[in-house]
Amino acid sequence: MIQIIAIITTLVFLVLVIDFIRRGLLKEKYAVLWLGFIVVIAILAIWKNLLDMIAMRVGIAYSPSLLFLVAFIFILLILLHYSVVISVLTDRNKRLAQEITIIKSRLEETIGKDSQPK
Amino acid sequence: MQPQTEKKVLIIIPAYNEEVSIGAVIDDVRKAMPTATVLVVDDGSSDNTSAVARKHGAKLLAHTFNMGIGATVQTGYKYALLHNYDIAVQVDADGQHPPAQIKELIKPIIEGRANVVIGSRFLGQGDYKPSLARGVGIAIFSKIVSIILREEITDTTSGFRAVDKEALKFLEGCYPDDYPEVEALVLLHKKRFAIMEVPVTMAERQGGKSSITTGKSAYYMIKVLLAIMVDLIKKV
Repeated sequence: MIQIIAIITTLVFLVLVIDFIRRGLLKEKYAVLWLGFIVVIAILAIWKNLLDMIAMRVGIAYSPSLLFLVAFIFILLILLHYSVVISVLTDRNKRLAQEITIIKSRLEETIGKDSQPK
Repeated sequence: MQPQTEKKVLIIIPAYNEEVSIGAVIDDVRKAMPTATVLVVDDGSSDNTSAVARKHGAKLLAHTFNMGIGATVQTGYKYALLHNYDIAVQVDADGQHPPAQIKELIKPIIEGRANVVIGSRFLGQGDYKPSLARGVGIAIFSKIVSIILREEITDTTSGFRAVDKEALKFLEGCYPDDYPEVEALVLLHKKRFAIMEVPVTMAERQGGKSSITTGKSAYYMIKVLLAIMVDLIKKV
């Protein structure tokens, strides 16, 4: 049962990600992470023996737990990736705001000088 | 000493909702430093800080939204570099920093003895008395920063400081956001800039209140210490 749920969920995810890429809502750069995640989860969900084998090797009694573990690690990685992206964006946002501040004051000075001689 | 007119000096006054005190600060600074340019950087104030600054004849840069003290000072540094200033002096808008002593602050830079000069409340004749909690925090920062810099720094959180063009070029690109006064010292040291302290006497605040209340001191300290640790491993 859990296998079927896992397969269906992965399929829904795959369709969603592809649709988001198609509609331009998801940049390819970020889509790669998601597609990789989906592929790994799909392989583990479909090829149940592989899952059982790895689970036994690493000492997990209930093999679907391994599926969750893999998913959990992937989600952590994606979150970490987002923190990096947000930090970069924050810095760029700050620099843009600072440049706008300086340009704004320049503009006000120029406009002020232009309107004076009238 | 060389005449000061040789160096272009920019006085940066970062301000956030300081309409009460900023007018007097600008007047005092202009009186004390007639040849310098006074620049107010308004960090998205909701009061009349910008209007008051303009009325008192300061140059004005106004952030569209609030970005914090670090980004505000950095905007001033960017302006200083763009307009080719030799020295940038930071003066708080609450009237705590004595404009008459800006001359003492920039003297070591003009004489080529330092890249960065900090006005310290604890060197020499100062009569500044911090609260107990803050006093302890200040002492701990001073110890830690002094160890890192291998040079005694008594007032690491003082915002009354002057930087030369070389330091400007460095800080323009990587001025810290969170606790800029302390953190900048660590970064500047990593780049081997010459940092110096001169004694200043600071007045009581004319308006506004410190961004650090006694109750938050301990929490503030831990955050600054963490920021310093991060700065130490940061690539500069």
